[in-house]
Amino acid sequence: MLQATLQSVRMLVVMTVILGVAYPLLVTGIGQALFADQANGSLIVEGGKVRGSALIGQPFSDPKHFWSRASATSPMPYNGGSSSGSNQGPTNPALKEAVEGRVKALREAGGDAAKPIPVDLVTASGSGLDPHLSPAAAEYQLARVAKARGMGEDSLRALVAKHTEGRQFGFLGEPRVNVLTLNMALDAARP
Amino acid sequence: MISNLVVQSLFYVVVLIALAKPLGSFMARVFEGERTFLHPVLGPIERLTYVVSGVDDKREMRWTEYAVAALVFNFIGFLAVYALQRFQGMLPLNPAELGAVSPDSSFNTATSFVTNTNWQGYGGESTLSYLTQMLALAVQNFVSAATGIAVLIALIRGFARRETATIGNFWVDLTRSTLYVLLPLSILLAVALVSQGVVQTFGPYAKVQTLESVDYEEAKNGPDGKPLADAQGKPVMEKKSTQEQVLPLGPAASQVAIKQLGTNGGGFFNVNSAHPFENATPFSNFLEMLAILVISGALCYTFGKMVGDTRQGWAILAAMTVVMVALLAVAVVAEQSGNPALAKAGADTQASALSSGGNMEGKEVRFGIVNSALWATVTTSASNGSVNAMHDSFTPLGGMVPMWLMQLGEVIFGGTGSGLYGMIMMVLVAVFVAGLMIGRTPEYLGKKIEAFEMKMASVAILLPPLVVLVGTAIAVLVEPGKAGIANPGAHGYSEILYAFSSAGNNNGSAFAGLSANTPFYNTALGFAMLISRYWLMIPVLAVAGSFAAKKTVPAGPGTLPTHTPLFVVLIIGTVVLIGALTFVPALALGPIVEHFQMLAAK
Repeated sequence: MLQATLQSVRMLVVMTVILGVAYPLLVTGIGQALFADQANGSLIVEGGKVRGSALIGQPFSDPKHFWSRASATSPMPYNGGSSSGSNQGPTNPALKEAVEGRVKALREAGGDAAKPIPVDLVTASGSGLDPHLSPAAAEYQLARVAKARGMGEDSLRALVAKHTEGRQFGFLGEPRVNVLTLNMALDAARP
Repeated sequence: MISNLVVQSLFYVVVLIALAKPLGSFMARVFEGERTFLHPVLGPIERLTYVVSGVDDKREMRWTEYAVAALVFNFIGFLAVYALQRFQGMLPLNPAELGAVSPDSSFNTATSFVTNTNWQGYGGESTLSYLTQMLALAVQNFVSAATGIAVLIALIRGFARRETATIGNFWVDLTRSTLYVLLPLSILLAVALVSQGVVQTFGPYAKVQTLESVDYEEAKNGPDGKPLADAQGKPVMEKKSTQEQVLPLGPAASQVAIKQLGTNGGGFFNVNSAHPFENATPFSNFLEMLAILVISGALCYTFGKMVGDTRQGWAILAAMTVVMVALLAVAVVAEQSGNPALAKAGADTQASALSSGGNMEGKEVRFGIVNSALWATVTTSASNGSVNAMHDSFTPLGGMVPMWLMQLGEVIFGGTGSGLYGMIMMVLVAVFVAGLMIGRTPEYLGKKIEAFEMKMASVAILLPPLVVLVGTAIAVLVEPGKAGIANPGAHGYSEILYAFSSAGNNNGSAFAGLSANTPFYNTALGFAMLISRYWLMIPVLAVAGSFAAKKTVPAGPGTLPTHTPLFVVLIIGTVVLIGALTFVPALALGPIVEHFQMLAAK
């Protein structure tokens, strides 16, 4: 027993040096050398200021911007410091109320009241930081944004397409629109 | 849409099975002490490890000595993780200046990582310093997985050896599984993840000036730092506005890699692999899912190779795959069918080329329905427990699949090592039952199965359900248990059942709405994890020792072949029957009731 204890302590020290120190340092070294941008958070810098990360969503409520999905982080939505989903169960009345509230807000802001709204736009994401919308959810907001900016719908649609990614390698994941880069491009084109 | 669903799922299963043989035969070479292509680099490190820790790598151990070594090593690990959390405030590499973790949460997290459960009671970015993540959690991610593999290899030696008293050397098995299997795969995976956008840096959290400012309300604190309450006792809210977003960074990729490969599952960030910095793209998602099952799948081949008949390994792998694919189908269909309440509220839940449709609450757009349901199935097949979508918000049947996969005892692939040794216990029961039915002497791989082995197998199989059901029963009866529930009705009960199923089978995933970071849950779930990890490991090692001491009987005409499709069906039958008989009543009160409530809701 005593021998096993001593060997355990020594073994744990060796393993800590290899796995807890050398391993993360090695991966950091390789990562920073080969993929510095990704390793540091895929940050978007504009005029010397960090304006966001291409991987992390931001909250939008201006009709001139495309709106992101709902976010359940607290105290404010898209709080990067405290990722969280809503964790509302499927039969929770609070979930139904929340979805109804989002549907109402989108319709009042100029969405088509006759059409059902793509489900991703009215539900909270798992991380609360989802940077993407489905192409259908972007299309639903297109008329509102075009009107608010006095843009033609077709030129706006072309811009949305530029910020739409298909399935990776043609079959993995789902097609998606990056809301932050799209809105930044909109602001740059028509301030 | 349907075709893409099938393509993505099929591609995953095919790659998983295709890797079983190359990785499995490599591991067999490692554990039999043969030279591999990694020995020129890692051989010196292995020898140095033995020298520094005073291990005689030629020394063989009896099963009792092997068990003591494993238990003591795990206990020392527990103390180290506990201490690092309690003292992190005074230690370096803490850019966010996080203070000491509470005693009950530290106990829970230490237990959780040492037992390879990796239940996440804490929110990573708001609780743990970089140092704690690296020295405490990442190290245990490796060695708890390596402990599982070591115990499995000892059990395999029990079958392969005859009339010997010993089953190998724990320190050697631990070192070899860490250095030759887990470490090289983790380095490869971590670098691949960084290329996809998973962060890996020691820099401080990034501050972002967002495009729009956001208005929000926050509870106001009095001068004493406690929240203020108004005359009705409600918290006083304060209106605020901000245009700043803080982005937590850190050495995530290195930790995510081993969290998946070691079937650990404890995330770097609070929402685990739903966080874009932990799982940035569909390809990173694919690699992470593959990493969850690849070692457990390949160990089946290692098993076959080391007992001298690879068909035995393929039979077990086939049984595991069939159960997983069947349950995957249930989960995908349930999530794709969606929640009628959302459709009634005005959401379009139909799948199309432009939208994944279905139940998107708690899911990420880049993963959609298919990859979220696939992940949920995979992570609970293995005792991984990481999530890329919030299981609490799954449809009732979609959430029942991961719950039941855990309740099956984590033997469908299961944890690295622990999954297969659990499955072999099931196989012993299957052989024994078949032997009773056809009047043949029960034997497996030439070893007679007698009363002692059956007792040990029964303990190993029945203990986790006992922990799960008794734990759930206590939690729904006492006030601190009920206080943690987040959702009303049957779903609240499901949250508790899920938590104990997870801890009691060393999985670690959660219906995350449950407020489990309380003294009651931290303690109760901590004990559930301890019991089911070690009261399983010890009987398994006892069986290993007992088999090693036995003669090997050559197969005769009266021997039941254990590599045929018929036997695969028999394994599946045993696993599913035990799981169904034990848990159907409990499931009927939770997800099944809720399913009908959801359909009936107006």
